[in-house]
Amino acid sequence: MQFQKRHIGLLLYILFLLLPIYWLFNMSIKTNTEILGAMTLFPDNPTLANYATILTDPAWYTGYINSMIYVGINVVISLVVALPAAYAFSRFNFTGDKHLFFWLLTNRMAPPAVFLLPFFQLYSSVGLFDTHIAVALAHCLFNVPLAVWILEGFMSGIPKEIDETAYVDGYSFPRFFATIFIPLIRSGIGVTAFFCFMFSWVELLLARTLTSVEAKPIAATMTRTVSASGLDWGVLAAAGVLTIVPGALVIWFVRNYIAKGFAMGRV
Amino acid sequence: MNKITNNKAWFLVLPVFFIVAISAIIPLMTVVNYSVQDIFDPQTRFFVGTEWFEQVLSDRRLHDALIRQIVYTMSVLLIEVPLGIAVALTLPRKGWGVSASMVLLALPLLIPWNVVGTIWQIFGRADIGLGGYLINLMGIDYNYAQNSMDAWLTVLVMDVWHWTSLIVLLCYAGLRSIPDAYYQAAKIDGASRWAVFRFIQLPKMQSVLVIGVLLRFMDSFMIYTEPFVLTGGGPGNATTFLSQFLTRMAVGQFDLGPAAAFSLVYFLIILLVCWVFYTVVMNAGKQGEQ
Repeated sequence: MQFQKRHIGLLLYILFLLLPIYWLFNMSIKTNTEILGAMTLFPDNPTLANYATILTDPAWYTGYINSMIYVGINVVISLVVALPAAYAFSRFNFTGDKHLFFWLLTNRMAPPAVFLLPFFQLYSSVGLFDTHIAVALAHCLFNVPLAVWILEGFMSGIPKEIDETAYVDGYSFPRFFATIFIPLIRSGIGVTAFFCFMFSWVELLLARTLTSVEAKPIAATMTRTVSASGLDWGVLAAAGVLTIVPGALVIWFVRNYIAKGFAMGRV
Repeated sequence: MNKITNNKAWFLVLPVFFIVAISAIIPLMTVVNYSVQDIFDPQTRFFVGTEWFEQVLSDRRLHDALIRQIVYTMSVLLIEVPLGIAVALTLPRKGWGVSASMVLLALPLLIPWNVVGTIWQIFGRADIGLGGYLINLMGIDYNYAQNSMDAWLTVLVMDVWHWTSLIVLLCYAGLRSIPDAYYQAAKIDGASRWAVFRFIQLPKMQSVLVIGVLLRFMDSFMIYTEPFVLTGGGPGNATTFLSQFLTRMAVGQFDLGPAAAFSLVYFLIILLVCWVFYTVVMNAGKQGEQ
């Protein structure tokens, strides 16, 4: 009986999580008249018109492409710089290593609002304002420390004897790193990429400040419906649903690693 | 693991050092620069010393925002941590249910923050949202756009909805690492459910809970986007937290000096709390082992 009760609690919690998302989806396939007209749990006349609006209007769908581009660049930069650094932290003692590690983490603690204006001026002055690379670099502020932190946890779990054996067998460091070490921490890299994707995809404040037209993220485009001719609830809801889709796909791919990955290799 | 001392390891850290230095130190220097100067235009600027700091630290509105922020962050932690642990304990250990619950639980974490705001903005409205409609149906007069208490509660529930999953997934990862033998031993000893939780499960979750509490503290202390979309900081100032206040000061009114001074104070508060918490927990852990 105990077993049964536990699961009722879990189901209620999941219902609480899904209800608002369902409501958004429900609204996205209604017409605006029905949204404002009556409270219906299921749409009377399901319509895909709201999605059609978004997928045919470049002003809308370029937002998704821009977001994808800077998130992609950010994940690649974060992984490339964090891999060797995490290896250094997990294998060697060096002057100032503890301080450096804590300093890296403090960047994760800095409120983005603090960096808003300086970032804007910095990227404007070097001509990077309104480019994908600017947003990707800005997001490195919190993603690189996080990537180093997670990867260090995973790498510390790999016995050092493996490194030594490889050197005895005559592997050079780059060759060892690329052909032996990286395959060993594959799941760690996957989890790190997931986290970088997550924090870059959901961030809006910096992304919006550093872009105006060319690299405008979808999240910023969404605020547009508020100003244009009252509120277009249906299209707003459809846009919201479409921003959930990439995240849901990513979760689906890493679902078996999530439990271990969230512990950042530390249990 | 005992590590080799080798200063050449610095070469491996250099790329990270440079990229974080560009995106952290240069902007931080700019902020420090602003915080001690009064700037009219690039040519006309005066050194004002600690004037901005004094002005900011004695600002009543800032004190109010700080108190609101602390109350809010405490409420978030007090609700999310126990709830997260409770949900993690109910999760299935094997079978198809594991993957399914992982995917469903992680879903809110991957939604862009402004969309989270939008979802609750819609959901909480009495005319078009299911949540607001149901609450009003129960005879409670609920309107997050006009009543400060309703607005504050809505922001809190939204945060619980959004972030409890993070604690759940962290705790679940900790629980999974407990070997079955521990539970069997507890059963033989006739340990109560509470004893199993207190002496087997909680210690195993400790290291991940530290990560979870730290992340939740930092992020809820910096919360900006969700309340901005949901309530815009209102009604009145009921949901104006520190980031909101700062952004309004820096971008809205363009008071660069005070905004910069405030930024530094803000940053230091987070740094201090995290450092104290981390040190205390780590020391407690060491003493527990001895």
